[in-house]
Amino acid sequence: MDIILGIRLKESTLFATSKAFTRGISVLKATDDKTIDLNTHNMMAYTGESGDTTQFAEHIKANVQLFGLREGYDMESSEIASFVRNQLATSLRSRKPYQVQVLIGGANNEGEGFLSMIDYLGTRCDLPYAAHGYAAFYTMSLLDHHYKDDISLDDGLRLLKLCEEELTKRMPMDFKGLNVKIVDKEGIRTIDF
Amino acid sequence: MSGYDSALSIFSPDGHVFQVEYALEAVKRGTCAVGVKGADSVVLACERRTTLKLQDPRITPTKINKIDYHIQLAFAGLNADARVLIDKARVEAQSHKLTLEDSVSVEYLTKYVAGVQQRYTQSGGTRPFGISTLIAGFDENDKVPKLYQTEPSGIFSAWKAQSIGRSSKTVREFLEKNYPTEELLDEAGTIKLAIQGLLEVVQTGAKNIEISVMKPGAAPRALTNEEIEKIVKEIEEEKAAEAEKKKPRTTE
Repeated sequence: MDIILGIRLKESTLFATSKAFTRGISVLKATDDKTIDLNTHNMMAYTGESGDTTQFAEHIKANVQLFGLREGYDMESSEIASFVRNQLATSLRSRKPYQVQVLIGGANNEGEGFLSMIDYLGTRCDLPYAAHGYAAFYTMSLLDHHYKDDISLDDGLRLLKLCEEELTKRMPMDFKGLNVKIVDKEGIRTIDF
Repeated sequence: MSGYDSALSIFSPDGHVFQVEYALEAVKRGTCAVGVKGADSVVLACERRTTLKLQDPRITPTKINKIDYHIQLAFAGLNADARVLIDKARVEAQSHKLTLEDSVSVEYLTKYVAGVQQRYTQSGGTRPFGISTLIAGFDENDKVPKLYQTEPSGIFSAWKAQSIGRSSKTVREFLEKNYPTEELLDEAGTIKLAIQGLLEVVQTGAKNIEISVMKPGAAPRALTNEEIEKIVKEIEEEKAAEAEKKKPRTTE
């Protein structure tokens, strides 16, 4: 029931994840962060089997960081997406696969946004906007209707607000608000939303 | 050949492991590296081989290497051996962060590197790493500069200022004489002392020197050629003035 949402904008990428940490029918925490910074300009939002998610995210981060140190330059968004997809596809064919869904996004040196969604089967799709889980049912129509190419950050945030209102209205569960992060050429930052 | 230097894990009757001592010889033939600690900075300075006429200077490997985002390693000795050791250190740094969440401390990393070097002096089918290293940096959320050295035997030690490689003895003696005993060095002073030390053995001057400055909580900064040249010029002018003073006065 986690909300994992990403929108690629003209000069940045937006991420929104639900703050509720749930287990069974209980909300255990209202300040959960379902994202991880992979390097200065790339991040990943994740959902799935709890435990698997953190383990997988940290594994990816360690490898992305190691790449940066070994090669002297950071991995790009699309490279990270390929790497993550490969890791999930390899894991799927192991004895106990990771059950993790992720969104990978970032900004390149020119400041162009990037967004990719990958599921535990190793299906990858690079998209202008994407969501995992139930959140997709409620937000895709809004995004289909309002999204345009080369959308500005302010317009992007307004669009995200619409999505949040819709989710609050229609989702049966209280998701405790959204944790919103922006990646642009300045790097990654969390904003009050 | 005495027979005690072919197989590595064999002592000579008087208690030496010759292969390790030969490794130290390889270190002595390597280009010089200097490390100097200041009040809130630590500087690594290296002698750089001149690129040959037809060589592409862009891919000339550096002797100062990032191990993690807060630790750097400079080495003297066999370049190829260093690459292997550096990679092991980098993997350990990330592995440490993965299991313990915290970044490695400089001391931990030094112990790890020294540990690897030691292992290669005692196990079969291997030869020791022909390198000494200087490991410099800051621990996470800490402002105290750290500087360590490791040797092929697996020995490690902490220093205020130290040099390794060719003519390292000359540089060490220079550092011992000139490292301030009372107050700590500021950033500019630390850089200057490191360059002065290196200039004792690098005749070709600024273009054959590389410098990296580390400050707490910031990415290491490599000095540009122009910056180094400026400091080298300053030092040379000071030296000339000093020599002028020492010259016996001639009567007019």
